[in-house]
Amino acid sequence: MKFVTAIIKPFKLDEVREALSAIGVQGVTVTEVKGFGRQKGHTELYRGAEYVVDFLPKVKIEAAIRSDQIEQVIEAIEKSASTGKIGDGKIFVFDLEQVVRIRTGETGTDAL
Amino acid sequence: MKHVFALLALVGAVAFGAPAWAEETVAAPAATATAAAPAAAAAAAPAEAAAPALVPNKGDNAWVMMSAALVILMSIPGLALFYGGLVRSKNMLSVLMQVFTVFSLISVLWVVYGYSAAFTEGNQFFGVLDKLFLKGVTVESVGATFSKGVVISELAFVIFQGAFAAITCGLIVGAFAERARFAAILVFMVIWFTLSYIPMAHMVWFWAGPDAYIDAAAGEAAGKTAGFLFQKGALDFAGGTVVHINAAIAGLVGAYMIGKRTGLGNVAMAPHSLTFTMIGASLLWFGWFGFNAGSALEASGGAALAMVNTWVATACAALSWMFAEWMIKGKPSMLGAASGAVAGLVAITPAAGFVGVMGAIVIGLLAGIVCLWGVNGLKKLLGADDSLDVFGIHGVGGILGAILTGVFVDPALGGTGVYDYVANKVGDFDMATQVIAQLWGVGTVIVWSGVVSIVAFKLVDIVIGLRVAEDEEREGLDVTSHGETAYHH
Repeated sequence: MKFVTAIIKPFKLDEVREALSAIGVQGVTVTEVKGFGRQKGHTELYRGAEYVVDFLPKVKIEAAIRSDQIEQVIEAIEKSASTGKIGDGKIFVFDLEQVVRIRTGETGTDAL
Repeated sequence: MKHVFALLALVGAVAFGAPAWAEETVAAPAATATAAAPAAAAAAAPAEAAAPALVPNKGDNAWVMMSAALVILMSIPGLALFYGGLVRSKNMLSVLMQVFTVFSLISVLWVVYGYSAAFTEGNQFFGVLDKLFLKGVTVESVGATFSKGVVISELAFVIFQGAFAAITCGLIVGAFAERARFAAILVFMVIWFTLSYIPMAHMVWFWAGPDAYIDAAAGEAAGKTAGFLFQKGALDFAGGTVVHINAAIAGLVGAYMIGKRTGLGNVAMAPHSLTFTMIGASLLWFGWFGFNAGSALEASGGAALAMVNTWVATACAALSWMFAEWMIKGKPSMLGAASGAVAGLVAITPAAGFVGVMGAIVIGLLAGIVCLWGVNGLKKLLGADDSLDVFGIHGVGGILGAILTGVFVDPALGGTGVYDYVANKVGDFDMATQVIAQLWGVGTVIVWSGVVSIVAFKLVDIVIGLRVAEDEEREGLDVTSHGETAYHH
């Protein structure tokens, strides 16, 4: 099993969700996050005072999937989250040791 | 606890100190004791029973009471939200609390001794304490308006003026937001209200009322009982000097004496909710119709003029600030538009019932641009951390408005001119004389409020300490001063 974490632009969330549903991903967890990468922050101006905003708002998506789905999932996120401009985000893939469905006690791929 | 005791001690000192100046003033004008005070004269002078007792006009009464409620709305929540949105989220409640509590505190002091000391006949600077605890002010008492033979209920005048005193003190807290000690603010307000607000209100607004100006001799005698700046001929329709410059100077002195916020220049101090600031600015605008048009004290054409001016000058200032910012900084901002609106409200305050609508447009347009400079160039020159730009907007806008009132009151420029209550017509107008009178007003309030503020802040610093500990400041005043948080994420 694999665990996929993707950092994307917030306004791309709906497209990514649709793309993942379409290829059979059963569930995702979404968190609003802030961070910095190669995309520079921006300057905000309040009356006389200027503030550089370094940490930009992003959305973090997490999904647990079967190992055979990984290529499809990466492709789906890549396509749906892309604007072609700097700041589109990144996808991280981890090996996943165990999954347990709390209600039934199922484990492994049955619990996905 | 020791803060509370210190506070009580200072309140006591002020209360016991007050009769001292009251006695002096009773002795001085004893010869003119029968001259009409602005209020209560008609009701409490049975000797002059020849004229029928004046009965308040119900329409005027309704308008002044409604206006008082509007001024309270613009203070809480208006001013509180305008300021609250501008601070960081960890200090939101501290600002709301400061405005809310100062408003409550001054309201009580107003009926205890404030009204009496400001609006009774004494010397040119203070009234007397004859109406302590509103003694003698009954449902029958009446107060003068600006028309002969027209009066309103004195109690309506009491609450209308009391709301002004309360919002003025509330304005000051913006200058040292995010770092001042709560107890220090309360004690400072008691001293400053007593020694700066009350005398400024008396100097600018106390007069014998139009009915005392029967002929030239009576007019001259009545004129001598008026406040210092009233006698100088300074015009201040709704409180440009008494409210805005007065509060702004106190704020600026406070910002210097309390010192800069920890981390200023290194830490982001961006406003946490411009949504609240916009709501606050809008409530200020709405409430200001009571503040300015209510200052006519009658539901008259003059009140309508003040209302239209308050509407148009504010809109002009919101636009001029926004366009100037757009040109200079590249983007038109919500904060700029809201700040411009408040600058326009401040600048039109002394002029509201005196200038024509075209005069209001010019005052508004200039206020937006000049106050934008006030929060940028001038702020850097002054070097004080005036957190929410009380001086940049209320001080600069107030001074601009006070001076331009002297220009645009000119009947040749569409103003109303200055009414001569002896001749019962608009008097001859000389712009230079009027502008000099206005400068007297501006200069007096700057010096008076400046000196009182320096002494008051110094005293509070010694007794209580003006600012919170650095750790508390970093953690935020909501939790450390008040034990609660504005937002639960």
